Amino acid sequence: MTQPVLSVRNLEVEFVTRRATLRAINGVSFDIAKGEVLGVVGESGAGKSVTGLAVIGLIDPPGRISAGEIELSGTRIDHLPPEEIRRVRGKRIGMIFQDPLTSLNPLYKIGDQIIETIRTHTNLSESAARRRAIDLLAEVGIPAPEKRIDGYPHEFSGGMRQRVVIALAICAEPELIIADEPTTALDVSVQAQIIALIKRLGRDHGTAVMLVTHDMGVIAETCDRVAVMYSGRIAEIGPVQEVVRNPLHPYAKGLMGAIPTLAGEDKRLVQIPGSMPRLSAIPPGCPFNPRCAFVFDRCRVERPEPIRQGTQSVACHLFEPAKETAA
Amino acid sequence: MSDAAIPDRTQDHQPAAGWFRRALDSDIFYSFRRSKLTMVAAAITLLFFLLAIFASWLAVQNPFDPAQLQLMNSRIAPLWSADGQSPFLLGTDEQGRDVLSAILYGLRISLAVGLAGVVFAGALGIALGLVAGYFGGVVDTVIMRIADVQLTFPAILIALLVNGVAKSLLGNRLDEMSTLGVLVIAIGLSFWVQYARTVRGSVMVEKNKDYVAAAQLIGLPAPKIMFRHVLPNTMGPILVIATINLALAIITEATLSFLGAGMPDTMPSLGTLIRIGNNYLFAGEWWIVAFPGIALAGLILSINLLGDWLRDALNPKLR
Amino acid sequence: MLAFTLRRFLQAVGVMLAVGVIAFAMFRFAGDPVNQMVSIDTSAAQRAEIRHSLGLDDPVLVQFGRYFINALQFKFGVSYQFRLPVSSLLAERMPATLELAIVATIFAMVAGILMGVYSALRRDTILAKLFQAISLIGISLPTFLIGILLIYLFAVTLGWLPSFGRGEVVKLGWWSTGLLTVSGWKAIIMPAITLGLFQMTLIMRLVRAEMLEVLRTDYIRFARARGLTTRAIHFGHALKNTLVPVITVAGLQFGSVIAFSIITETVFQWPGMGLLFVQAVQNVDIPIMAAYLLMVSLIFVTINLVVDILYTVVDPRLRSTVGRAA
Repeated sequence: MTQPVLSVRNLEVEFVTRRATLRAINGVSFDIAKGEVLGVVGESGAGKSVTGLAVIGLIDPPGRISAGEIELSGTRIDHLPPEEIRRVRGKRIGMIFQDPLTSLNPLYKIGDQIIETIRTHTNLSESAARRRAIDLLAEVGIPAPEKRIDGYPHEFSGGMRQRVVIALAICAEPELIIADEPTTALDVSVQAQIIALIKRLGRDHGTAVMLVTHDMGVIAETCDRVAVMYSGRIAEIGPVQEVVRNPLHPYAKGLMGAIPTLAGEDKRLVQIPGSMPRLSAIPPGCPFNPRCAFVFDRCRVERPEPIRQGTQSVACHLFEPAKETAA
Repeated sequence: MSDAAIPDRTQDHQPAAGWFRRALDSDIFYSFRRSKLTMVAAAITLLFFLLAIFASWLAVQNPFDPAQLQLMNSRIAPLWSADGQSPFLLGTDEQGRDVLSAILYGLRISLAVGLAGVVFAGALGIALGLVAGYFGGVVDTVIMRIADVQLTFPAILIALLVNGVAKSLLGNRLDEMSTLGVLVIAIGLSFWVQYARTVRGSVMVEKNKDYVAAAQLIGLPAPKIMFRHVLPNTMGPILVIATINLALAIITEATLSFLGAGMPDTMPSLGTLIRIGNNYLFAGEWWIVAFPGIALAGLILSINLLGDWLRDALNPKLR
Repeated sequence: MLAFTLRRFLQAVGVMLAVGVIAFAMFRFAGDPVNQMVSIDTSAAQRAEIRHSLGLDDPVLVQFGRYFINALQFKFGVSYQFRLPVSSLLAERMPATLELAIVATIFAMVAGILMGVYSALRRDTILAKLFQAISLIGISLPTFLIGILLIYLFAVTLGWLPSFGRGEVVKLGWWSTGLLTVSGWKAIIMPAITLGLFQMTLIMRLVRAEMLEVLRTDYIRFARARGLTTRAIHFGHALKNTLVPVITVAGLQFGSVIAFSIITETVFQWPGMGLLFVQAVQNVDIPIMAAYLLMVSLIFVTINLVVDILYTVVDPRLRSTVGRAA
């Protein structure tokens, strides 16, 4: 097996507050291969964005990475000194945030923001960087880039701004792109274009993509693999067709039940009762146990570890290998 | 960024208690060190008030009574220096006035003018704010326009103008007590805007709530609705403004008196004492200006600290 | 853009008219000009004659019109104390006040921005806490106390700086400047610090708050995610975005600086308009008070207008929305 671009092992992220230490990420492990798109899905508060921020080293105090390892193409990047992780950001990992309206500095021309980023990470001259910026704008599908490069962010529509943000994320040819809810703030009509653009760029440049979203539709049509997160843990991870068609974890089942399909119009959408626990009140054992339809005693005491089931991996006691019969 | 904001959630799930409960909960718990500073400030403020109230028992002489001043006692240095004389703990001034006694009596005037000015400004501002907010329309526009224009001018300029006009109108009839009244009016007219704006804002919000509609339905008259139902809801912010304005009002009075447009030499406030003392600075008689100055600075600083604390405690979002 | 400017201009004219009414009311009703011009033994007939010659028996509206037209030509009547035209008194004093206000504002902006940026970026250092303490004192201490303290330290005790006046001044046409002589600069240091200290603390607090706010925004997070250097983020992106509101406030505050110079000028016996105004209040010289009110209002209103228009130039977002609205 070739070396993955991103490898996360047993990641833990804590937030130290006045009242308590809250564990936002608790033992998360996954890999992303070259050219692969990994979708990370879950309710808000499940730890999707925090995972992305941890990878790129942008967890601010009072938050901190308290355990685990993050490797980028074989080198560890957690616990790098600030100056070194800065050189990784933007150059080897590109990031796309949710809201293109607020991601760009309103007082700078978009060209200046791109040129600034290019020149931070390369030795290009001002004019070469400007030519590259125009190429990038063309690549992300901005019409008349040589004119638009001198525009201010407010002169662009939301979708166009997100294209600029994407151009900024890829301007140093990163190995990995983290896209944190890149379409949530956009019009439905624009969402598909942006997703297609990210997918195309990943394919063309062989970039690994970590796509954080709560939109199962986006996951289904874009990703190669998907990780379902719940309460700071990965409930289930596997190839996208498998997880969507045959979800194993009860939570994933509920989540997939929540995708409307054209074929099953007569079926009512399944809803998961209750809501995800707050970080300060995660129950012992499996965090999903209060909402789970298949809950049994063990779920309330013991935390389930990931278990391989074919190409999928699921953290649920229901899939414990034949132990029950043996004992 | 929903996920990144997780830790904040633990805070906004407290039951919505009254602002007083929230104040107690947030501050005394929140930052002990800050509270300690506030405690000291509160103690000092209380001390100043007590000194002012009991001035006539504490002072060795009545500095407003010319008969008690003796020129042979003039310009005596503080007690601990070589030329100090009992009972003049902080020395005496040109008139033979005991500096400590003058400070105690001056404190009384400064606090009285400050408090009365704040009360007057508050009454005026609250009344205009209620009227503007409740009736809206032309009344509202006129009042708030005046407020807008006035807000662009510093209070001290308005107070000076009011003072000058009053002097011109009253002429020689202006004795010490009426000067006191003029100062209160000048300060009141300079500081009403903030109250009016705050009250108006709250009234606009409260006006549309169900309980006011209900009160209207059962036929309560408008003034009653405003005073009984709407006003209590704005007391928190008003208290903060009043505390901070008390410091401002005392500064304004002191400044007016320092500029020679306030309390006369025969009935000096702290500002007047500082103006008198300033003339003897070059002669080396520093105590005549230093002690009133320290008293004024200490008073204002502790009231300001109290005001800051109150503001943070009542509105944690402002931090 | 033109419609916007015009609307703002009309608002400004409205404010000036309102202030004009107040100034006129003061001029006409608070101080009776006749009483100031005559002695006790002037007969009633003579008084009436003077009254008539001054036009004081005309309808109030006519008088207001006259006052207004005169004011437009900077004719504000004659000072009771000096027996000189108020306008020439003000013109003579204006350079001193403006120089003091400008130096004080520059001091306040430079020191305030430096201290504010430092205390935002190095929030928990001792120096930042010291700056916070200074700002509390700057806001709490009355201006005149600070002035007296400075005089005591640097004039009385150390003898480094003069305690009053402008030092040597040089005439440049009708403008007299103290900024071309060493003694002039020495004389302006303490008044400028005294006058600027309050604005400095204001600017410092504002810069600190704005900077902390800006550092929390998404575009700063995105700038960090792009791997920009800390220096580029702090002093390029964050500072530029911080300074837009700060410059507005500082500009708007310039009018207050001029008004507050009343106190500073009194403490340092600085021969400016503020000192003239205080003397006018003490001596009930209504024409000077009314004229000063008009002058300061004019400065205020002009600054507000200019800042409003300049703001649209600085911020590209406003530029286009205003342009679209026009």
